[in-house]
Amino acid sequence: MSPVIPQKGERFTIPGKYLLFVLTIICIALIVISFNTDILSKPISTVSGFVITPIQNGISKAGSYLSGRKEDLKQLRTLLEENESLKAKLDELTIENIKLQQDRYELVSLRELYELDSQYDDYEKVGARIIAKDSGNWFHSFVINKGSNDGLEVDMNVMAGSGLVGRISDVGPNWAKVLSIIDDSSNTSGMVLSTSDNLIVTGDLQCYSDGVIPFEKLVDTADRVVEGDKIVTSNVSDKYLPGILIGYISSINKDSNNLTKSGYLTPAVDFDHLNEVLVIKQLKQIVEEE
Amino acid sequence: MKPKIKRFAVAFILVILSFVLQTTVFSWLSFSGIVPNILIILTATYGIMKGDRIGILTGFFCGLLSDVFFGTFIGLNAIFFMCIGFFNGKFHQVFYEDDVKLPLVLIFTSDLLYGLSYYVIMFLLRSRFDFSFYFLKIILPEVIYTIAVTLIYYPLLLLIHKLLDRSDKKEGMRFV
Repeated sequence: MSPVIPQKGERFTIPGKYLLFVLTIICIALIVISFNTDILSKPISTVSGFVITPIQNGISKAGSYLSGRKEDLKQLRTLLEENESLKAKLDELTIENIKLQQDRYELVSLRELYELDSQYDDYEKVGARIIAKDSGNWFHSFVINKGSNDGLEVDMNVMAGSGLVGRISDVGPNWAKVLSIIDDSSNTSGMVLSTSDNLIVTGDLQCYSDGVIPFEKLVDTADRVVEGDKIVTSNVSDKYLPGILIGYISSINKDSNNLTKSGYLTPAVDFDHLNEVLVIKQLKQIVEEE
Repeated sequence: MKPKIKRFAVAFILVILSFVLQTTVFSWLSFSGIVPNILIILTATYGIMKGDRIGILTGFFCGLLSDVFFGTFIGLNAIFFMCIGFFNGKFHQVFYEDDVKLPLVLIFTSDLLYGLSYYVIMFLLRSRFDFSFYFLKIILPEVIYTIAVTLIYYPLLLLIHKLLDRSDKKEGMRFV
């Protein structure tokens, strides 16, 4: 059985520990390469796009159909009750809508006055379906079924409904990986809509299980920010387009340094039940570094 | 040479299938956001049934696949999974096909070790110190769910293993 002197009729094989050693060195080399550069991502993403993505695409279509049926049955009863209350609300809203429309005419004329083009009403968006989620339980990223063939690029913003989901961190020919804002390694620059105070939204696995995302570094000396205020992406973010809704402040506290405030916000997107997302096909304008 | 190619093809299909199942079907079947780790089941089972070399190779490809799609650095999961394959391969000599307890205990330990080492490298080093939270909310549920899935998935893998063995013997008889 000696690995060094092969016996008659026994083929030469590498013992396990040497194999482990060699492959570990290869892995460490890969880690170092992928940490410092992005040479590897291009060929690998192309190959995996051909092999894995079509299978994931098919299976998740069937899976979402089945879980959709299950949800349907569960929701039927609640829907009937909801229908009643919604009808009542509809009347209320119709009145409010008329009032708002009047305001809107005023807004349009005022905008023309200030020559402001309507900033983010007309971003070009493309819909995509989520086909796979992170294989572990530690991070929140997922794969969608559109890629560079559909004109997607790295750093494009991803929304669901009216709220921000995250941004594209990796793109292949027919798939793209989305890093969500609740991911433990993600930081987003946001601002309070009412007062335009900037803050940082940090994804945190621990807080997400309570349904909130922490934010910090809010400078609010005038104490004008209150719970329930809308938080949107800020003008100074270098990845996110301005004015996309992130969520609502659910609690706010003064930091021990008495200068900044931190707290928690409730995200506008239900990250547990994401199926389809919208990708904004416009990148944030970046100032070229000299 | 032919049975070897067949075995390789089966292993390849199993790795791809497990990965796809884990990222799609099990995301739909998750309990409070926790997904079982069936790539660990596959790696550990191959390690126990085939010895450490095959365990290492299976682990390497499983880990690499999840790194390519979801890893921050390519190669980190590959190292973890390789070590799991190697560790389980060491128990190849005390493995009997009818004994389910040993694989269960080994998969339990493997997933626990994987969770702990992943926490240390990816979270503790970024100063997330609340170990009890991560242990109770992520590591332990994952281990328990994984063990539950093992009860279904492991007999399936064992069946494939037995069928391949039987067809190998038939091939051998024909040539002798």
